[in-house]
Amino acid sequence: MLRIHCPVCGLRDETEFTYGEDATIRRPDMNETDPKIWHDYVFIRENPRGPHKEYWHHVVGCRQWIVVERDTLTHEMFGSVLAREAAV
Amino acid sequence: MSHYSALSILRNGLSGNKEWSRAWRDPAPKPSYDVVIVGGGGHGLATAYYLAKEHGIRNVAVLEKGWLGGGNTGRNTTIVRSTYMMPGNTQFYERSLQLWENLSQELNYNVMMSQRGYYYVFHSPGQGEALRRRANVMRSNGIDAEFFDRVEIMKRLPHLDYSATARFPIHGAFLQGRAGTARHDAVAWGFARGANQQGVDIIQQCEVVGYIWDKDKIIGVETTRGPIRANKVALAVAGHTSHLASKAGLRLPIETHVLQAFVTEPVKPLVDHVIVYGGAHFYISQSDKGGLVLGGDLDGFNSYAQRGGLPVVEHTLQSAIALMPSLSRLRLLRHWAGAMDMTMDGSPIIAKMPIEGLWLNGGWCYGGFKATPASGYCFAWTIAKGEPHPDNAKFTLDRFERGYQIDESGSGPYPKAH
Amino acid sequence: MTARRLATGGRINRSLSFTVQFDGRPYRAHPGDTLASALLANGQQIVGRSFKYHRPRGLVAAGVEETNALVHLREGDRHEPNAQATMVEVFDGLTSTSQNVWPSLQFDVGAINGLLSRFFGAGFYYKTFIGPFSGTKFWMFCEGFIRRAAGMGRATTFPDPDHYEKINAFCDVLIVGAGPAGIAAALAAGRRGDNVILVEQDRDLGGSLLSEPFGSTSDGWLTQALAELDDLPNVRVLTRTTAFGAYDCEVFGLVERVQDHVLAPDEGKPRQRYWVVRTKRAVLATGAIERPMVFAGNDVPGVMLISAVRSYLNRYAVLAGERIVVATNNDSAYTAAIELANSGAKVTICDLRREIPAHLGANAKNAGIDLRPGQAVLKVVGGKSVKAAYLVPVTPEGKAMGRRVRISCDLVAASGGWVPTLHLWSQRFGKPHYDKELDTFLPSVEKGAFTCVGSLVGSPSLRDSLLQGHKAGGGTGKEPALFGHADFWGRNLLPVAVITRADGSTPGKAFVDFQHDVKLADIDQAHLEGYVSVEHLKRYTTSGMAADQGKTSNLNALARMAELRGLTIPNVGTTTFRPPYTPVAIGAIVGHDHGLHLRPTRLSTIHDWHKENGAEMMDAGVWLRPWYYPVNGESLNEAYVREAAHVREHAGIVDVSTLGKIAVQGPDAAEFLNRVYVNGFKTLPVGRLRYGIMLREDGFVFDDGATARIGENEFFMSTTTANAAKVLAWAEHLLQTAWRDLKVHVTSVTDQWAAIAIAGPKSGRVLMDITGADLSREALPNNHFTLVTIDDVPCRLHRMSFSGELAYELYVPAKRGREIWEALIAIGVPYNLKPYGLEAMGALRIEKGHIAGSEIEGRTTMKDLGLEGFASSKKPFVGSVLRKRSLLEDPLRPCLVGLEIMGDAGARAGSLLYALNAPTKGHGEGWVSATTYSPALKKNIALALLSRGPQRFGETIQVVDFVGNQSWQAKVVSHHFFDPEGHRQNG
Repeated sequence: MLRIHCPVCGLRDETEFTYGEDATIRRPDMNETDPKIWHDYVFIRENPRGPHKEYWHHVVGCRQWIVVERDTLTHEMFGSVLAREAAV
Repeated sequence: MSHYSALSILRNGLSGNKEWSRAWRDPAPKPSYDVVIVGGGGHGLATAYYLAKEHGIRNVAVLEKGWLGGGNTGRNTTIVRSTYMMPGNTQFYERSLQLWENLSQELNYNVMMSQRGYYYVFHSPGQGEALRRRANVMRSNGIDAEFFDRVEIMKRLPHLDYSATARFPIHGAFLQGRAGTARHDAVAWGFARGANQQGVDIIQQCEVVGYIWDKDKIIGVETTRGPIRANKVALAVAGHTSHLASKAGLRLPIETHVLQAFVTEPVKPLVDHVIVYGGAHFYISQSDKGGLVLGGDLDGFNSYAQRGGLPVVEHTLQSAIALMPSLSRLRLLRHWAGAMDMTMDGSPIIAKMPIEGLWLNGGWCYGGFKATPASGYCFAWTIAKGEPHPDNAKFTLDRFERGYQIDESGSGPYPKAH
Repeated sequence: MTARRLATGGRINRSLSFTVQFDGRPYRAHPGDTLASALLANGQQIVGRSFKYHRPRGLVAAGVEETNALVHLREGDRHEPNAQATMVEVFDGLTSTSQNVWPSLQFDVGAINGLLSRFFGAGFYYKTFIGPFSGTKFWMFCEGFIRRAAGMGRATTFPDPDHYEKINAFCDVLIVGAGPAGIAAALAAGRRGDNVILVEQDRDLGGSLLSEPFGSTSDGWLTQALAELDDLPNVRVLTRTTAFGAYDCEVFGLVERVQDHVLAPDEGKPRQRYWVVRTKRAVLATGAIERPMVFAGNDVPGVMLISAVRSYLNRYAVLAGERIVVATNNDSAYTAAIELANSGAKVTICDLRREIPAHLGANAKNAGIDLRPGQAVLKVVGGKSVKAAYLVPVTPEGKAMGRRVRISCDLVAASGGWVPTLHLWSQRFGKPHYDKELDTFLPSVEKGAFTCVGSLVGSPSLRDSLLQGHKAGGGTGKEPALFGHADFWGRNLLPVAVITRADGSTPGKAFVDFQHDVKLADIDQAHLEGYVSVEHLKRYTTSGMAADQGKTSNLNALARMAELRGLTIPNVGTTTFRPPYTPVAIGAIVGHDHGLHLRPTRLSTIHDWHKENGAEMMDAGVWLRPWYYPVNGESLNEAYVREAAHVREHAGIVDVSTLGKIAVQGPDAAEFLNRVYVNGFKTLPVGRLRYGIMLREDGFVFDDGATARIGENEFFMSTTTANAAKVLAWAEHLLQTAWRDLKVHVTSVTDQWAAIAIAGPKSGRVLMDITGADLSREALPNNHFTLVTIDDVPCRLHRMSFSGELAYELYVPAKRGREIWEALIAIGVPYNLKPYGLEAMGALRIEKGHIAGSEIEGRTTMKDLGLEGFASSKKPFVGSVLRKRSLLEDPLRPCLVGLEIMGDAGARAGSLLYALNAPTKGHGEGWVSATTYSPALKKNIALALLSRGPQRFGETIQVVDFVGNQSWQAKVVSHHFFDPEGHRQNG
């Protein structure tokens, strides 16, 4: 079981969160009309073996989406920030 | 290479089992091959076997970074079925099941394909209707499927929870009688031995670390045992597909997730079939050795760790007792995990890649083990002929751009949901 | 073997005794005994039969590594298979039986397999049973016999009468193993004030010290240490508790066997307790397990680990034999050998080593032991018990050289070295490193938050172990009170544990894995056939894959393969350990989360009224909802037809509290909704509501529902029951990641509002009566919203329709739900207001052609469902680009239509569609999503998705339910079956 640091609530069990996705992908602008750009956003993932920035939702806690950096090979945690405060 | 039979067992037994020969050779890699297959799991080995047997392409190497069958081939819950309703999947998995039915004879290696039946128990009228649609698609495609109500299921599956305290009461079940289980290791070893007999070089402890390029065309691989050239490079490395594809500059609609599996202590026969619990994602069968083999949901986040966590352990075991209350006193012997290629629609990719010289077989999600023979068969065809076999024609990489998602569960572009 | 209980000594309570049963025979036991020690004390030699050859087997060990003594324990619904006799504490009334034997343990017909063993070599089943014919029939015929023969114990088919519980715990230091090192760590950490949990799988603390003679120096230290631990309030000691798994982020899984040592748990107590411990640091002091020697006949009852023989002697006062051959390659066997001699046994030591430390040799001789350096046991003679051993001089590689000597004996006690119990460490960190001098794999002393101490890291002496524990616990400064300098195993080892003839063969079967009957010859055969990597070896021979997970076999199998391949052990590799460390009862991990508690059940605040008024309920996700309200014993079909017809004629009331409700607030609320809905929301006036559709990012339909604008900056959104949580999470995701500039809050208010739909021509009058408000068609037209009060309770009222009738949705504070529902029922009497359930609601919506979950099934687009008209062309929305992908615009895609089923019977949802004269093959032209009998049309109707559907109105098609063996003909019509112009809902 992972233990995830929520910037609002502190260190909590994985079971309080749901996993989102790769947090480095950027949603295109609403006015974007190129299907290729939307395709890449919705379907394509780097899927790295190693450090990975990813979204988690503190769904039974403060309901904040957070960006967690975690190693996908070792599950080591490197830290987390609120998604709304993460650098774009 | 000796032919396996009761007679060979007898003869070797009498001579003290000292005359057995190697199941496959241990050759040093040659400088070049017609086809290099990366990945010595079931899929890669099956591909090599069918390339040699069906297409006469024997100058083939299978490169494995560890030991044969050491990835998901040797980690899964061994279920074989063809219960798919989306066009593309239906025919492909049925071809696979048909290949399974004669695979032991084909390979002269007992893969222990046991057609003990696959029951999917459902718990609401809506769930029953969705399953009925699936069963009807199977039947209309010539695949066996049956439907049973609660009364009949109580007779057929006696130890399930039919009590008033069942959280999700059992309404009925769907059955594919020809489905069942096989021995996972034997599949890898059988294909390895078969491919080897036809001249394929199987090279273990040989990790691919990069590609050899001629401008923008791939003409071989760089490995931990030196460069190996090839006219065609074919990846069959599910679980690590993104990793190897990224070395070729390819980005894929795949996330790698953890899927756990569980086995109990061995007991005398208790569960004759594969049973799936519709109240949660859970399945159970009993191996020939006697251990109950259990499986459940993904852990639900990107991971290559091949190590699962307690939340899914708890969920899976809860489902086990919800389905069969008498399992409570039975003991869990071991739980382990595999790294799964989860695609954005839950279906695989078997196709030529946009990079010249590169072919890909991956994205197997939950379906990899049961797909092994058809995957090898269709991938070999695709590599040999340069175009897909009709049964894998829909498993393209560009289907997401064209709007053809083969979404068996209707879960959408969320890998962890498939 | 002539084992017997000694008159004195041991750590058993001789003042009490009772009988325990094994295979129907009574055995006398004392508190403190295990089932194994009780059987041994009574001279019971055979405790089980092996898996494959049904060879008689005796005890090998005294602890968790026991591989032979697996028994059925207890009877009836508390029966359990595969209990390790060495881990079963005796209790009054204990019953046990041997397993996998027929007709009896003493005489087992299955032993005939042993005669055929040469044909049952490694992997034999891969090479045969294939059969002469195609297909799987022949194999499955053979498999039936194999399955019955395999499987060890028999499981119960009864539900478990006991209960289990789960505890979540947190600590600064978790210490696993309460031997000397673990206790020293706990003392040091406890004195510092750390919050400590100390875990011990045994009933008693002390670990290896419990195998010291009763009254030893160590007993004094132990008593004092335990008293101090007892006084430290910050140290929690868990005995009978196994740390079975080490997981990410320093989370450990433990199982405490609270009441397994009694016949049945005391009232109110759990049988076992599952602990999930989150710790900052972990100290592993899990000790080591002795490694057996491999020689011919090493599985004959009476060949044991010498550490076990010592435990039985000193802890249980059982002398396991009178004439004992001790076989060793290291120092650790000598203490035991001397104690055995002092207890009256005649002891011969054959030590592989030619040079033996002088003090050990002298001590042995003083005790009257016949010491034979440079010799080993080549073969043990005996069937059901040890009769003699052949000793032979050996090379340093363990190969016999010279003449063998037969020594009559009844016990062979062997030590092939030690294997650290590094399972937890390996579960977490993977591969350990090989230590050449100790000839075994070791964990790192420090890694991450883990510290390993004591025998686990090959500590050379007791004093070293205590110091390591002290330091790991955070102890500084002056050394703790130390005692004793007893040698541990970690020194002077000759790394050879396999004894063969000069040519590598053995004069008889020599076993590597006892439980799975894997012989040295099987390893050799695997090597011949190329199954040489450690995983292939394990899987091909099944060595190490039995219920003991190779605790005593892995290293010997590896050593043999390394020798055959001419490699060192680390070059052959090692397998990764997987949890659990020892098997764990499934019930323990599940705790109370089974039966009705498998998942929470969500109930509307009006639920009790439905039950009291005879509703049949239906599971809808985790909710329970009224399905129908049978009157006078009506069937489902009779009830829903009546209910639906009643709504269209009078008025009906239905509980829709399960709908998702989300408050969308803020200056950018309208902009937000404009983006997530396909419809325009920016210009929606206050007081109006709009049916909206959401798409997924990939352009498929996601959810639908009505959203009301209740203020300039506030909207009240409803979602389907199934998607309530998903819609909220996704809205939060968009607002917190991509659209951070939008000033909007979304809040779930599902639980704050009970929702009641009132539908039918008389519904308006019911509501006017109860609210006193003007709800006339002019005052509140369809798709409008207003605030009303009922009994001073402020409520929200939507005028909107799912049924196609004049209809309203009334949102009332959840706590007042039942009260207002009852008030409505009461005030509705003159209007004949009646409740209706999900089934009638379904019939009404199918008549109207409204979509629901069976049509929004994750693979349908707006175009497929005839909803294209709702999409705004003036603005982008979520999914607006990808919904236009080429194949989603394919004119052949199945689209929503209505079907009128011909004949008297209705079709079944899930049936497939075909053109009238087309062959019923392939995937068909579409499928039936929902069916009902329409009371309004007096017809069986259905919703379906049909290729080119809207162009085929009037066509007759086939509807086939293959698995139901039924088919129908149906006319394709518009899915708006009833009142397509909407006069009834709008008028």
